[in-house]
Amino acid sequence: MVEHGDIRVVHRGGSKINFREPVITNDSSFLLCASGECVKVFSTSTEECIHDLRGHTDLVTGVLLKPSNHLQVYSCSADGTVRLWDFTDGILIKVQLDSCIVFAFTVPHPTLSVMHLLTKGKDEKLFQLVAVHLPQSGDQLVEARELSAVLSDVSSNPAAITIGRGGEYFASAKGLQLEVYFFRKQKSYRFSLKEGNKKGGRNTFTCVACHPKDDCIATGHEDGKIRLWRNFNHKKEYTYTTLHWHHSAVSSLRFTPEGTNLLSGGVESVLVQWRYNQESQRDFLPRLGAAITHITISPDGALFCTSHSDNKITIIQSCVKVSAVIQGLVKGESVRTDLMVDPRSKAMVLNGKPGHLQFYSLQRDKLLYNLDIVQQEYIHESGLQQFEVVKAAFDASGNWLATVEERKQKAAELELNLKLWEFDEQTQSFVLNTTISAPHEAQITAMCFCHAADSQTTMLVSTSKDGHFKAWQLATPARPSWSCDFVGAYHGLVPKCCCFSADGSLLAVSFQEVVTVWSPSSWELLTTLSQPPGAIRDLCFGRLSCSKYLLGTTASNLLCCWNLLTCSCKTNCILEHLHGHQPAAVFVFKPSEPRPLFSHKAVCSGKVTRAVFAPREDMLESCEESSQWLNCSQLYFLTQYMDLMTFITKAEEDRLMASSKQLVIDDSVAMTPFYLLLGKHRQQQQENQDTLSTLSAERTPLPQGSVAIKELLQTPAHVLPSTSFLCSMFVQSLLISESKHAEEEMESEKEEEDSEGEMESSTSRPREASLAGHATETAALALTKAQARELRRVKKLDHSWLSGLLDS
Amino acid sequence: MASFKPTKIQVYPKLGEKVTQDTLYWKNYKAPVQIKEFGAVTNIDFSPVAPHNFAVTAFTRIHIYGPFSQEPVKSFTRFKDTAYCGRFRSDGQLLAAGCEDSVVRLFDVSGKVALRMFKGHTKAVHVTDFTSDRYQIVTGSDDYTCRLWDIPNATELSTYQEHTDYIRCGVTSKLNRDLFITGSYDHTLKVFDARVDKSVMTMDHGQPVESLLLYPSEGLLVSAGGRYVKVWDLLKGGQPLVSLKNHHKTVTCLSLSSNGQRLLSGSLDRHVKVYNTTNYKVVHNFDYAASILSLALAPDDESIVVGMTNGILSMKHRKSPEEAKETSGQPRRRPSYRVFVKGKNYVPKQDDYLVSKPVKQHLAKYDKQLKKFNVSKALDTALESWTRLRKPEITVAVVKELDRRGTLKNALAGRDEQGLSQLLNFLIGNLVDPRFAPVLVTAAEMILDIYQTVIGQSPVVDRQLLRLQELLEKEIDYQRDLLEVLGMLDTLFASSLPKKEVPCSAISRSNGMAQEEARPQLQAT
Repeated sequence: MVEHGDIRVVHRGGSKINFREPVITNDSSFLLCASGECVKVFSTSTEECIHDLRGHTDLVTGVLLKPSNHLQVYSCSADGTVRLWDFTDGILIKVQLDSCIVFAFTVPHPTLSVMHLLTKGKDEKLFQLVAVHLPQSGDQLVEARELSAVLSDVSSNPAAITIGRGGEYFASAKGLQLEVYFFRKQKSYRFSLKEGNKKGGRNTFTCVACHPKDDCIATGHEDGKIRLWRNFNHKKEYTYTTLHWHHSAVSSLRFTPEGTNLLSGGVESVLVQWRYNQESQRDFLPRLGAAITHITISPDGALFCTSHSDNKITIIQSCVKVSAVIQGLVKGESVRTDLMVDPRSKAMVLNGKPGHLQFYSLQRDKLLYNLDIVQQEYIHESGLQQFEVVKAAFDASGNWLATVEERKQKAAELELNLKLWEFDEQTQSFVLNTTISAPHEAQITAMCFCHAADSQTTMLVSTSKDGHFKAWQLATPARPSWSCDFVGAYHGLVPKCCCFSADGSLLAVSFQEVVTVWSPSSWELLTTLSQPPGAIRDLCFGRLSCSKYLLGTTASNLLCCWNLLTCSCKTNCILEHLHGHQPAAVFVFKPSEPRPLFSHKAVCSGKVTRAVFAPREDMLESCEESSQWLNCSQLYFLTQYMDLMTFITKAEEDRLMASSKQLVIDDSVAMTPFYLLLGKHRQQQQENQDTLSTLSAERTPLPQGSVAIKELLQTPAHVLPSTSFLCSMFVQSLLISESKHAEEEMESEKEEEDSEGEMESSTSRPREASLAGHATETAALALTKAQARELRRVKKLDHSWLSGLLDS
Repeated sequence: MASFKPTKIQVYPKLGEKVTQDTLYWKNYKAPVQIKEFGAVTNIDFSPVAPHNFAVTAFTRIHIYGPFSQEPVKSFTRFKDTAYCGRFRSDGQLLAAGCEDSVVRLFDVSGKVALRMFKGHTKAVHVTDFTSDRYQIVTGSDDYTCRLWDIPNATELSTYQEHTDYIRCGVTSKLNRDLFITGSYDHTLKVFDARVDKSVMTMDHGQPVESLLLYPSEGLLVSAGGRYVKVWDLLKGGQPLVSLKNHHKTVTCLSLSSNGQRLLSGSLDRHVKVYNTTNYKVVHNFDYAASILSLALAPDDESIVVGMTNGILSMKHRKSPEEAKETSGQPRRRPSYRVFVKGKNYVPKQDDYLVSKPVKQHLAKYDKQLKKFNVSKALDTALESWTRLRKPEITVAVVKELDRRGTLKNALAGRDEQGLSQLLNFLIGNLVDPRFAPVLVTAAEMILDIYQTVIGQSPVVDRQLLRLQELLEKEIDYQRDLLEVLGMLDTLFASSLPKKEVPCSAISRSNGMAQEEARPQLQAT
């Protein structure tokens, strides 16, 4: 039981991008959204994440463009700071400390240098709206002291607070009350609605929007109504008109910048565009995929942007046409299909959107695609029983995917479908091959493919609560399809899980406390293993050197390992005492050893629900024994609160840090795929070079001329000395250098490029020595006065690039 | 914006027989032509020469039909009593027939009056046939004798009195002019040789023999009697080769397909069965409206002619190749190729501005209505009579989709008497279908919930509800019976299987399989 200091738990991607409403920059080319502890900058045209703004230490709760400078952005976080960023470069400009936890920004005040923050008041339950005066100071770290509460007791939902036309008033809704606060008069008006009318409509406010040009407040309600309030600066003579299209709560409302249109969205996942003053005319954009949580409109009104409950941002052109979709990892309430790794794309597979399987690339933190399993029109209505993907399994080569979907209605039979999908090389996606409706009479508890690589037949085994397990086999007449091959049972017990051995010669099926081992070729029961007390929860065969072992976990916190050659229980490891006080711990075992290889306690809050080993793209060369198990694969696990986490070693972390730093240094180079390809190559070159330089210590260290070259290439032509002069200098310097340099000059262009890369990537080296050497070399020449003067000027320009070229 | 996903229509496996080459071959006949004769059609015989007319013996007449005519091209009516067994000579010129009045008549096919009358039998003559030398006639009679007659002299050559009961069938050899075989109600088949004065071989069929057939090679003999069809090997001295019991009433007639690969048998149980002559398995089955007395196949299987006890003659003609293609391929004329390529092969010119048009998704009518959430209208569309009767799976799929959307109740409610009776009609037709039962039971419950207040207001609806109730009660009885049978089967399986090393697994396995078979019925509960 060793705690390993150099292995750390880290959050790995997949954070929410729909937590707060995103921000579109003034030129509509970037979209900024809060995502976990950082702010992500997406391109609106390519959907790619350009960079992360990292610096906050807690959840980012709001993003806001700086009204006075449209290239800067504020972000606030639950860690109590507000940070100002230059989002084009990703540079942190200013940090502002606040004493209390910031929950969200509201719409900026256009004239004053005041920022309004939604914070938690002293009484922990109440939220209040606070105005912060921005101190004019050049420091990077500023502490804001002038906090003044504007409104107390407001809704925790930032959508329910908005600022009115020209910043004259605030509108805030909470419960059944709308409060309008006028700055000038320092006076607030309250309008209340009744609890609900006789038709059972619920009048609770859900969101508020103010018209930018007109004195009009639009409010959304729980029952799907939208009310447009006017004359609200009178206590009695206020009026409102009601619009009704949504059948359930309106979650977001926005006016376009010109105030000509009103956009609304809700659970129906339909974006509705109302003409202001002609409310009977509406445009719809249906089937956006999931419930709309936020709507944002770019400052020029050209782009709309909707956040959805399935962690998605849709970018919509103002002609109501979807132009881009930014999709994050979809997190439901629970992952009913286990975490899996697609053998082909190495993507993590789990269920996400209702009725879909999502393929999520762990390396790139990007959702590759959603596979529609159910293939039915999704009805966006809360409380409706939908088909859910509950089980999925891949075969060893990734050619076949089996999925189980079920739908259980009250007072109706369980609907169960087993679907088998074949990978289509042409379309590079899975195509439905066979649908088996009602494969079992009760829920399927486990499913597994035969993993034998060389076997002629592909086989799938499913176990069900109806007490049977069935083997399905691929029959290949004209068109391959699946059919049932064998139905097995054991004493009428309910099978819980099943597993094929690595070579496909054995099938283990657990029936409560008993593990039965079958031969799939003859369907004979070979042996039974049992380890009471406690029903078996999970089963797994060992692989490679441990293929003779069968591992099982039981409900009584026991890890059993059977040696199949002797049919004896080899090791038992009781994890009970560990589980008692440590709710979330991860243990890593080697099947042949009873003691855990690695254990980590208190990895996260809540339970660890699922875990999977994902193969690495490139092997990690770690010589430390303690972290060798992380060399070929990485362990990802999912917590109760749907956080995706992983273990990382110190060395790997350092490498990642280094690479990220390096990226920051030469950020003038665009991050193209070509660059990444080349960058890798350069890195290797650099390593080679490092070894080389240590070997030949007597040689002068390579002068680093990258900055100079850049300068030469980037300084305007009219500042540089004449080319003919530089050329003669260059040739002269060549003449006096050693002969081998001249030879090397003949080398191919490609190598030159490489060497240039080397220089660029190691700018930190001292270059005084080489400069001095170069100076003496040039001084040895007989020069005219004019030449010498010119030379001095050039010397000031830092021409170490020349020596760089010389030595290459 | 994702496009609308249409309602998925479940494809159900087709129940019933598998499609084999044989079913395709034997189904490839046109709808039968039926002709009403004056009495039971006792015998049909095809002329061996083209154009292969056939003689139909029914009551007191023999009609000769052309291959495609529906009217007799000729009839012989000079019988005093019921005629029997009108047969052609191998050159197709002469026709012999027996009669109830014991006289055997010989006709010229082109003439009208009998050429010869053979008198000598004392009772009705049911069997007549020409020998292969074309100059003699063999007859069998109810007076237990069979006789050989000379045609030119109209004299009796020999008499065989070996049978002890009515002789009702007989064949002559096509290869040997002296051999003929008779079958009798005394359960025996006898092979006679005209050169000797008694039978050379006797076989016991076990039942009164109704029909006989010789294979073209004449090595095998087929006899039909009682419910049995038996095949005898003549070369092995009359050894029984195989006994077939596929009919559940007396087999009355036999026929061989033109290539000798298939054997057909007709029976009083109104079926014609087709056997494969290599393994004697039934490969196809025809159903007819009445008990079958006679059966004949035209050369090359061009038509199947069947005569029945109610006097109906049914003729099925083989479809010509183009007709066969027509039914399988294109039932209707499709728009021409030009329509589909219209505008598709246009190549834009250099300075054309291309406006791409989104491809319009084609949706069925009910899908369009579902897309607009018009649930009642969608159900109405799905309940239109054509869909309801021809494609009940579409209606069921729409009902299922509505149920999934949680709006089935809304769609079912608010119907008038006509709409409700339409709905109930559909339920009565399909509720007990195991494929549809899980979906329709939910719908039926909802309908009863919604409309229980209107019970008693409309006689039409009340009647239908009563029918539904009866149907369900019957179904419940069936299920109970089935479960009993299942229990019995399980016991049988459990006791009959040998004990293995791990007995429980073996038993449970059989259990599982038995339940597998019974699942379709179980789903209906």
